[in-house]
Amino acid sequence: MTKASTTRWLALGLALALSFPAAQAQQAPIKIGELNSYARWAAFTVPYRNGWQMALDEINAKGGVLGRQLEIVSRDDGATTGDATRVADELVTREGAALLFGSFQSNVGIAMADYANQKKILYIAAEPLTDAVTMAQGNRYTFRIRPSNYMQVGMLVDQAKASGAKRWAIVAPNYEYGQSAADVFKRLIKERVPGAEIVAEQYPALGKIEAGATVSALEQAKPDGIFNVLFGPDLTQFVREGNTRGLFEDATVLSLLTGEPEWLLPLKDEVPEGWTVTGYPWDEITDPKHKAFIDAYRAKFKETPRLGSLLGYMVVYMIRDTIERAGSVETEAMIKALEDAKFDTVVGPVTMRGIDNQSTMGAWIGKLVLKGANGGMTDWSYKDGASFMPTEASVKAVRKD
Amino acid sequence: MDLSFLAIQALNGLSSASSLFITACGLTLVFGVTRIVNFAHGSLYMIGAYTAATLVPRLLELSFGPVTFWAGILASAIIVGLIGILIEVLLLRRIYGAPELFQLLATFGVVLVVQDLTILIFGPEDILGPRAPGLRAPVDILGRRFPSYELVLIAAGPIVLGLVWLLLRKTRFGVLVRAATQDREMIAALGVNQALLFTGTLFLGAFLAGLGGALQIPRVSAHAGMDLSIIAEAFVVTVVGGMGSVPGAFLAAIVIGQLQAFGILIFPKSTLVVVFLLMAVVLAVRPYGFFGRPEVIGGTHAVGIASRERSPFAVLAVLAVVGILAALPLIGDAYVLKVATEILIFALFAFSLQLLIGVGGLVSFGHAAFFGLGAYGAALAVKWLALPMEAALPTGLLLAALGAALVGAFVVRLSGIYLAMMTLAAAQIVFAVAFQWVDVTGGDNGIVGVWPSAWASGPTAYYLFALALTTAVVLLLMRIIDAPFGYALRAARDSAARAEAIGLNIRRHRWIAFILSGAAAGLAGGIYAFSRGSVDPTLLGIPTSVDALTMLLVGGIQTVTGPLVGAGVLHVLRDQIMPLTSLWRLVLGLSIIAIVLIFPRGIVGTLRAWQEERA
Amino acid sequence: MTLLSVQHLSKSFGGVAAARDVSFTLQRGEMLAIIGPNGAGKSTVFNMVGGQLRPDGGAVLLDGRSITTASPQKRFRLGVGRTFQVAQTFLSMSVAENVQMALVSCRRESGALWSSARHRYRDEAIGLLEQVGMADAADAPCSALAYGDVKRVELAVALAGQPKLLLMDEPTAGMAARERADLMDLTASIADAKGIGILFTEHDMDVVFGHAERVIVLVRGRIIAMGSPDDIRQDPEVRRAYLGDEHALEKPKGLNPA
Repeated sequence: MTKASTTRWLALGLALALSFPAAQAQQAPIKIGELNSYARWAAFTVPYRNGWQMALDEINAKGGVLGRQLEIVSRDDGATTGDATRVADELVTREGAALLFGSFQSNVGIAMADYANQKKILYIAAEPLTDAVTMAQGNRYTFRIRPSNYMQVGMLVDQAKASGAKRWAIVAPNYEYGQSAADVFKRLIKERVPGAEIVAEQYPALGKIEAGATVSALEQAKPDGIFNVLFGPDLTQFVREGNTRGLFEDATVLSLLTGEPEWLLPLKDEVPEGWTVTGYPWDEITDPKHKAFIDAYRAKFKETPRLGSLLGYMVVYMIRDTIERAGSVETEAMIKALEDAKFDTVVGPVTMRGIDNQSTMGAWIGKLVLKGANGGMTDWSYKDGASFMPTEASVKAVRKD
Repeated sequence: MDLSFLAIQALNGLSSASSLFITACGLTLVFGVTRIVNFAHGSLYMIGAYTAATLVPRLLELSFGPVTFWAGILASAIIVGLIGILIEVLLLRRIYGAPELFQLLATFGVVLVVQDLTILIFGPEDILGPRAPGLRAPVDILGRRFPSYELVLIAAGPIVLGLVWLLLRKTRFGVLVRAATQDREMIAALGVNQALLFTGTLFLGAFLAGLGGALQIPRVSAHAGMDLSIIAEAFVVTVVGGMGSVPGAFLAAIVIGQLQAFGILIFPKSTLVVVFLLMAVVLAVRPYGFFGRPEVIGGTHAVGIASRERSPFAVLAVLAVVGILAALPLIGDAYVLKVATEILIFALFAFSLQLLIGVGGLVSFGHAAFFGLGAYGAALAVKWLALPMEAALPTGLLLAALGAALVGAFVVRLSGIYLAMMTLAAAQIVFAVAFQWVDVTGGDNGIVGVWPSAWASGPTAYYLFALALTTAVVLLLMRIIDAPFGYALRAARDSAARAEAIGLNIRRHRWIAFILSGAAAGLAGGIYAFSRGSVDPTLLGIPTSVDALTMLLVGGIQTVTGPLVGAGVLHVLRDQIMPLTSLWRLVLGLSIIAIVLIFPRGIVGTLRAWQEERA
Repeated sequence: MTLLSVQHLSKSFGGVAAARDVSFTLQRGEMLAIIGPNGAGKSTVFNMVGGQLRPDGGAVLLDGRSITTASPQKRFRLGVGRTFQVAQTFLSMSVAENVQMALVSCRRESGALWSSARHRYRDEAIGLLEQVGMADAADAPCSALAYGDVKRVELAVALAGQPKLLLMDEPTAGMAARERADLMDLTASIADAKGIGILFTEHDMDVVFGHAERVIVLVRGRIIAMGSPDDIRQDPEVRRAYLGDEHALEKPKGLNPA
């Protein structure tokens, strides 16, 4: 084959490749940008990806939205603010994403919020928990679905009242999420539990805990209550050392997120029984709609859903509803469709509060218990987020818009 | 603070020290014999933990009692040792003769590859290993409970030290290892089978890394971040102890273990900084660590820019390139311009490093410090002084230059790998300050809202602005490289003795080079801050330093234009790979390894060699 | 007139005395050799004069001025040039640039950041290269030279500082016999023409007895003899020190010094 004819064949192939899908779909799909820490936080984000993929498949199988298919363009955000904003820029300017959602770490969430504000593009934070995303750094382009630190800590502190514990120790990872959660806890425990004091604080660097030394240091302060914000590998080490050394035996322990299967299952049979936690009791959910999601997920991926799976699933459905109600993918129209809008979700009705763009999605609160070879939650209840949200006055005091 | 608490805390420190020593011991042995700073050592540690956490439970099901647990740990370490052999045979063997920076880069490529392979093979979730049978219960020490397994760990450190000592003293292999550590040429002269010695050493080093990782499973769940969290500390231990010295590593590990155990009581929020402060202090007092010896590492100081006849078309070529770049806004969309702006910034950053490495032979592992200082200087000026971009950029440049002057004053007294480690320590200290001084720097959130002045805010305007600054500074630096000062730096790199004998004040020249290079990197950092609109501590992190090194090496350290090309290639590579696959680290790592193996002189260097061959 | 005066120098390494009460002088235009068996302390004395080592006791005077604790850089400025046992040149530069570098440093211009170094003092450098017979190779990369030529370049570099005193540590080590004589003849003629004093160590007795005007014999850090080559050859103590290597002290045959 001569060189010229090769080129001709290539050109023909290219033309076919380009024209074929165009003939298939009447309209181009709606592109949505997604970014998350798939490499750095695989334990959480891989189930989360499964969740949004499942929702996406379901939606498209039913004909998509506004008569168009949904397409999610997904990227790794590198778990750093720099990579995240660069990837976001690529999704928006190159891929033409109509809106963005995702991210895991709180600091990345804040950078994304700032990015959204600068570029006037809708950003839906799926996981980042720090209050700043909807409070001090919040803006009209940034929305959050998951209950914030303030809400989840508030739920936990309510449980603390009953325990009578007064001498509290805090252990939290030394970055935005941990710092923010610790600040909220300090404020709320003093407000709501008279006589409470903080007797020890430890802030190990994320992923670098010296567990033995940290446990000893907390033990030395003889707390009768411990507030934990550690998660992931730090949590495992902390729990093992604490169990062995009896740190938790006479103390009330409140712990953020530890009941979520992504952090609970890796603890296997070392689950610290009796901790009061926020989490996701996936194995005891009976609500038919929610149960159907769990069963479908298990059938599809051959494993139990994590909280990330639920979030990924919910976010995509809420995005579909938003676009449908907005009637277009214009940013302003979508913002209007989101603000103070009610969504019928797997976990029940959820409202997106307009004043801070924080949804009223709640959290499950309960106690950790060992069930066979793994941990689970018991005595749990679902707390609706609406009653734990920051007051309108406090939102207005810190938000700049 | 009562006595029992202090005792327990000291024991906590000792058990961390033991774990750290076992791993760092392997690193220092490998360095001693092969002179390779093995970044992938942390990856081997991680593989050890994953293997043990997967293997030991299966063995325990066979229920032969506690023996199976320890057999499983040992088996895991041996498996990692075999992986070490694989790495040696497939990769390291081909690069022993390469400049040390290339070796470093290749092992960093291995780190990236292993990160993705680990998740592929073992899955994304952390794996909790079993506890050691019979050692689950705590023991009572001075009325406090202490995990009995930690006592075993405390003993394991000295046991490994003793066994390694016996191995080095009583076996022929050990004699050879010691000889090679002291004098590499001697080994070659003795007619020893060098390949076998190196392979054996890699097995031993990897075995120890694997053992260190495997012993962790009753404490830590195997997880994907283990590699990088151990490698920084293992580096500190080997450097503080003296590269190649096993007893030095032991002593350093104990010091660091105690420092961390008691450090969290005094500075619960400054845990990151203490380790690197220790390293900086030790190197300032003892330039070769506790038991290290001065030496010229691998004789690679002579690698770098050499005199070349300047092509008569050079000026035309520069004009043409700048002209083409200036015309880019005519064809590129906003995103292309954004990427091009970043490439320019990183080209400037890498080029500033070229002044130190390619010209001065000063290998800086911590160049991100100056990039980050420039970025933070600009951002802080915007945030606290409300300065406009025109004033904030010089502020950043000044801060970076001051930082470089300070760091340089300590660094120019050192040489080789110790110099590199001192710059790394400096960068980590600056990183820790930026990360943990939340009130001023915003901690890990950094500072947002650092946007350019109105006239430069569009993508085209900012791109042209960055192009103008980059071109100006690169041309200025090229001029400096070509001036007597640049020649003097090269002279000191080629032969320090000769340079001194003709009256050159080497330290002062190097110090000035640090300041110039730091200022240029700082300017790049400042431009970057305004291009992104924000700064955060990752700008100061090890990956940023490695990025600059990679660009430099990919382009070629023997050429002036190398870093510019390298910045473009690496950036485009990453930009293309990241969207395509979630295994981007695997692809990037393999690409880096391939570049090291195929283009040992960098892209520009290789092209030039081809050209000269043909001529 | 005394150029260099070394007074009671001593130095020990971990209890081992490498130099004990070493004293000697060197005149302008004189060639003085230090010889001695291996480990006699030649290099130690040499490096104390050159500034690479600091003596435990004693003094080094150049033109009557103490340079005992001066850095190598300072000594260079005061007129001390040197060559090394293993030739030290700037391998990344051309031959001419090596010499130019020394000229630039000599004029304290090594901090200049702006103007190009390529042509600075090039003519002067070529002139120096001509003196050592290397002008033809001026634009060759230094890394491409034969070892004997590198030694010549090194000499030109050392001369660039217009030294009063030239220190040469085993100047002919690693060279062929013919080259050795050539290099030393060249050195002697330059020293003579410019009135440079030369202190050198050497293993090759042909070179020593063929070129040195005076010879110092160092054994175990102590000077055991000093005098003209003929005196040294006759000295019984020296012969004892070189026992078993008697031929080393014989008058050179075949080769005729200039």
